[in-house]
Amino acid sequence: MYTVTNKLKIFAIVLMVIGAAFTAVGFFNAPKSEQEVEKMMNEHKAEHGGEHANAAASHDAKDAHGVAVHDNHGDADLAGHGKTEAHGGGHDSDTSVTAVFHQLQNRPWSAVYVSAFFFFMIGLGALAFNALQKVSQAGWSPVLFRVMEGISSYILPGGIIMFILLLISGLHGNHIFHWMDPEVINPKSSHYDALIAGKSGYLNVFFFLCRAGAFLVGWNLYRWNLRKFSLKQDAEPDGNVWYKKAFKHSAAFLVFFIVTESIMSWDWIMSFDPHWFSTLFGWYVFASMFVTGITTIALVTIYLKSQGYLEFVNDSHIHDLAKFMFGISIFWTYLWFSQFMLIWYANIPEEVTYFVTRIEDYNFLFFGMVAINFLFPLLILMNSDFKRVNWFVVTAGLFIVVGHYFDIFVMVMPATVGKSWFIGFPEIGAFLFFAGLFIWFIFNTISKAPLLAKGDPFMGESKHFHY
Amino acid sequence: MATKNIYAFYTDDDVLLSAVKQVREKHLHIEEIFTPFPVHGLEKAMGMPDTRLAINAFLYGIVGLAVATVMMNYIMIEDWPQDIGGKPSFSYIQNMPAFVPIMFELTVFFAAHLMVITFYLRSRLWPFKKAENPDVRTTDDHFLMEIDGHHGQDIEELTKFLYDTGATEIKLIDKEGH
Repeated sequence: MYTVTNKLKIFAIVLMVIGAAFTAVGFFNAPKSEQEVEKMMNEHKAEHGGEHANAAASHDAKDAHGVAVHDNHGDADLAGHGKTEAHGGGHDSDTSVTAVFHQLQNRPWSAVYVSAFFFFMIGLGALAFNALQKVSQAGWSPVLFRVMEGISSYILPGGIIMFILLLISGLHGNHIFHWMDPEVINPKSSHYDALIAGKSGYLNVFFFLCRAGAFLVGWNLYRWNLRKFSLKQDAEPDGNVWYKKAFKHSAAFLVFFIVTESIMSWDWIMSFDPHWFSTLFGWYVFASMFVTGITTIALVTIYLKSQGYLEFVNDSHIHDLAKFMFGISIFWTYLWFSQFMLIWYANIPEEVTYFVTRIEDYNFLFFGMVAINFLFPLLILMNSDFKRVNWFVVTAGLFIVVGHYFDIFVMVMPATVGKSWFIGFPEIGAFLFFAGLFIWFIFNTISKAPLLAKGDPFMGESKHFHY
Repeated sequence: MATKNIYAFYTDDDVLLSAVKQVREKHLHIEEIFTPFPVHGLEKAMGMPDTRLAINAFLYGIVGLAVATVMMNYIMIEDWPQDIGGKPSFSYIQNMPAFVPIMFELTVFFAAHLMVITFYLRSRLWPFKKAENPDVRTTDDHFLMEIDGHHGQDIEELTKFLYDTGATEIKLIDKEGH
């Protein structure tokens, strides 16, 4: 049995306290009125007025070079197309005081939302991985089942937090979901948006919350059963009754999961941009949660081993986890690129807005995130021998976790805070808070049962697994 | 001095693996092992050095990536400039998303094909080459371990030892000194 060390408990509590304080500062610093924003913007203009004038002058000089220069800016052309569309639908001009006020008000809420979703999806990814191991009757992984069960336990508190956040948005406690504003579907309003109104049969607050509730209950029910069956299988391994039950439940869960996960990704993330749609978005979010979930399994396993537990886990198990981290990172890149290239190639205004806002306002973060999530795992984990060296796996793992946080960040932020984004108090604070909560919760669950699921029929094979 | 080589036959890959370990513990030199299918972990048990094929594959992949880049740049940008996706930028880097599938495919193509060719060359395999395995049963269900017998050991004792490791049949082959 594993006991959570005091050091780890204190670490988690410190993360939560600092995180909560930073997040509170973020909420406190959000402007209370439009006058405040106006004052801020005027001060800003006064400070940077000179620079802007210079920039404008050099811009004119560039244009003077004529057609040749212009031709070299294919991207600018693409950007130009999108810009009108991006701000055409429902939003007023981005620079207006009202828009900036709403963006700055959305910022702390979006920061909390991104981190809450990110850690929730790690738990969900680990749960999907656990279900896959059960269904495929994998022989190598049963020694890691208790770690997976520990990580997936976070979907209970994480799911409740997600539902509360969605409920607050639905009750208009904040305005991060643009389509929830009743004005946009009111034909008499000046903010009327025909596209959103046309989707309101699906995209309305009541149905939205019903779906979220049903999915969360379904996932948690499976997770609760899986844990119960796993513990019962240890107590009475004869006949593998509980093992078979877990197998059947896992097969049913995977069918339920891939449908609900896809709908969840449209609801909870894609609907931030209610005009835009991508048919592979569900897969894209799934790849993100899957690779982060597997990475977290590897990180927690290596941590527990370094503490002297999990003596039955050998470097071949780490090697296999690292292969999954490597492979799913490339799978994620494949989906990212498939989505990007088709939209870039076709260059249809209603689709291309999504990438225009990201390339214009989040350029470094958007492409930096792709580099971190693709190049680092590719280069660090390509060599077979490196996959069994713990510190290589941990290095790649930390890059993957941070990279996929920013992946979620650039999925959500451009629609809610637009140009007014910044990595400051609320963003760092929310990340630390949920990281602390996550660590606290998963290690507590891991400490509640023996680390070896000794009743599993594949345990012998798993213990002797050798690559 | 003429030396004798010993062919020990096995009928099971697990028995073969444990026999290899015992033979190596006795510091006997294993010349070669013939198996009907790749036996997992055999090269490690035989103490063979790690393969360098993987490093080659990486280098071949880079060659493929370079070939694809140069080729697409020449075809689509320099020789006959193309307006790709309604974006007449005529710049390789700005049209790169369109070329990525080709860059990926040629990376894989070069790595895979050159790796196979390297493997054939390294194993001295070419079309119409006569098979080298000393016994046809090694293409069916037998495993053959070829052991150097030139250390002047007692052949009788060695044979007995090999039968103890699970060999089903043993042959002594006279071989010219080499």
